[in-house]
Amino acid sequence: MKYTPPGKPGSIVSVEGHYENFIGGKWLPPASGKYRVNLSPATAQPICDVPLSTPEDIEHALDAAHAAAPAWGEASAAHRAELLNAAADAIEAHREELAVAESWENGKPVRETLAADIPLAADHFRYFAAAARARESTTTEIDSQTIAYHFHEPLGVVGQIIPFNFPLLMAAWKLAPALAAGNASVLKPASPTPWSILKLAEIIGDILPPGVLNIVNGPGGEIGKALATSPRIAKVAFTGETVTGRLIMQYAAQNIIPVTLELGGKSPNIFFADVMADDDEFLDKAVEGLVLYAFNKGEVCTCPSRALIQESIYDEFIARCLQRIAAIRQGDPLDSETMIGPQVSAQQLEKVSSYVDIGRAEGAEVLTGGHPAHMEGQFADGYFYQPTVLRGHNKMRVFQEEIFGPVLAVTTFADEAEALSIANDTLYGLGAGVWSRDGSRAFRMGKAIKAGRVWINCYHQYPAGAAFGGYKVSGIGRETHQMMLDHYSQTKNLLVSYDPKAMGFF
Amino acid sequence: MTQRVTATPAARQAIGALSARGGPVMFVLSGGCCGGTAPMCFRYGEFITGPGDLLLAEIGQCPFYVDARLYHAWGEPALTLDVEPGFPEGFSLAAGDGLHFVVRGQPAQCQAGRPQQ
Repeated sequence: MKYTPPGKPGSIVSVEGHYENFIGGKWLPPASGKYRVNLSPATAQPICDVPLSTPEDIEHALDAAHAAAPAWGEASAAHRAELLNAAADAIEAHREELAVAESWENGKPVRETLAADIPLAADHFRYFAAAARARESTTTEIDSQTIAYHFHEPLGVVGQIIPFNFPLLMAAWKLAPALAAGNASVLKPASPTPWSILKLAEIIGDILPPGVLNIVNGPGGEIGKALATSPRIAKVAFTGETVTGRLIMQYAAQNIIPVTLELGGKSPNIFFADVMADDDEFLDKAVEGLVLYAFNKGEVCTCPSRALIQESIYDEFIARCLQRIAAIRQGDPLDSETMIGPQVSAQQLEKVSSYVDIGRAEGAEVLTGGHPAHMEGQFADGYFYQPTVLRGHNKMRVFQEEIFGPVLAVTTFADEAEALSIANDTLYGLGAGVWSRDGSRAFRMGKAIKAGRVWINCYHQYPAGAAFGGYKVSGIGRETHQMMLDHYSQTKNLLVSYDPKAMGFF
Repeated sequence: MTQRVTATPAARQAIGALSARGGPVMFVLSGGCCGGTAPMCFRYGEFITGPGDLLLAEIGQCPFYVDARLYHAWGEPALTLDVEPGFPEGFSLAAGDGLHFVVRGQPAQCQAGRPQQ
C-alpha cells in the first residue's frame, strides 16, 4: 500500500503552512517571529515552516512547566497513569497518521513506523503508567523504635533533548518515565525532525494538563544550550553525540543536577559458525540479523554496523547475506513495500558518502553498494544511499567511527577469544549481537562483551521492560525500564523516632 | 606545534566572521551517534577541555581539539575543516546562515569537491 504524502489531497495527514511551539497547552509563536522551512528527505521539498525559537521561548516554556509541576507532582499515581494510558490510546488510535507523518519527515519506511515506532511509543506510555502505579515506597526498621521511610518525589521540571532518528519513539522514551514520575517537561526536538512531534502534541496535548508537556523547536546552539544551562531545570536528559553529551554534563555540573545520556555506538554483531549447522528458520533469522544494519537506514545508535563472522563460514554466510541485501527495496518511505528510505538530511547523506570514500582509501573492499542511490520522479532529489557492505579489519576508521548510515563493516574471526577481543576493541559500549546455537557460548559472550545491551539470537528489539543504555563513552543511565523512574525521582527520607527517651548527650 | 587540521578559505572566513561578531571561538571534534563525527564550534572556553583532549591545531587563534582516544582509534588522520550547507550539530554555532562546519578525512577530497543536494 502507498500512502499519499502529508498535505497532498487525499492524505490522511493534514499539514498547516506553519507550526508554533507547544507551551502551556497552547500553540505559541516564537518570540523572534522567525520560522524556517522543514524539508522531507524523500523529495527535498518543504513540508511546512517551523519556529526558529530563541532562549526567550525556553523561558516561557519553563514558566509553563513550573506552573504545572506542583499539581502534576502531587496528583495520585493512579490519576497520572490514567492520563498516560489515555495518551497511549490516542497514539494507537492515530497510528497510521503518526506513522505517515514521521516517515515523511524522517525518511524511515512506513513499514517500520507502523510496526515499531508508533506501537512501541504507545506501549511505552502504558508501561510507565503501570510501573509508576506499582512502584512502592520502602521502609527500613533501623531499630525497634526508629523507622526510615523512603518516599519517591518528582524532581520538578526536567529538560529533555532528543535526536532525529526516532522522533516519536525517543520522545516517548524520555517523556513517559518523566511524566509518570510526576515531572513536567520542556522538550527540544532535533533540528531535522521538528514537525512530527508537533503532530503528536496535537493528539496527546489536550489529554495532559497544560504545561506538563512543552515543546520548543529551534537551533541547538541557542535553545538547546539555554535549556541545558538553565538553573530552572532539575535534571537534563540527552540522546546524541559525545561532545554535546560532555557539554551537557559540564552545564549540569554548574547547576549540580543529574543527567542521563545516551550517546554513540559501533555495535558488533557476531556470527559463530554453528549458525550454519542447519539450513533452517534459525539460519534465515541470522541472515536477517546481519541485514538489520540497514534498519532505519542505519540511523540508529545501536546499528549493528560491525559484523564479525567466523572464518569457516564466511564465504557461504556472506553470500546469503549479500543476496538478502540485494533484495532490499529502496524508495518511497510511504510505500509499505519499501524497506529503506532516504537519509534524514543532505548532510547525513554527505557524511555517509564521505565515510565510504574513507573506507575505500584505507583499503576496505566494497562488497555491495558504495554510492548514493538514484531514484526516479519525485524522489530524484531525495537523500538516498545504497545499502553498502565494506570488508576490512577492525583498525580501519570505518570500523571505529559511527557512520549513522546503511554501511556495514565486515570482518572475520578465528575463535571465541578473537571475536570477543574485536567486539570490545571500540570506545563505545551501547549494543551488541551474538548469534549461536550454543546457548552456553552465547551466554559467555553476552556477559563478556562490554555493552549495556547484548541481543542474543535477535537484534533491534526495544521492548519496554528491558533496560537500555551504554557502557564506556556510550552514556549514563538505563531507559526503557522502570529503573528510569529513579532517574526522574528524588528520594525523601523521613527518619522517625518512636522512642520517648532523650538520646542522653546533653 | 604540528598542525593536523587544515582550514579551507571558506572555513577561515566563517571563523573570522564569528570571531568578529561575538569573540573568539574553539572547535571540538565529536564522535558517535546522530551528529556523527562533526566539528563543534563553541565560544572560546565554552567547552572545558581536559588531559584526555588533544590539541590538533590552532587555526589562527582558534584551537581545535579532539578526544585523544577517539583520534587514536581513527588512526590519527590529517583533517580538513570546511563549510557546507546544513544544520550545525548539537550545540555548535553555525558557520553562517544555513551553513555548518564539516571535517574531511583528507585534503585531497576537499579539492575534488562534492555535489550538494
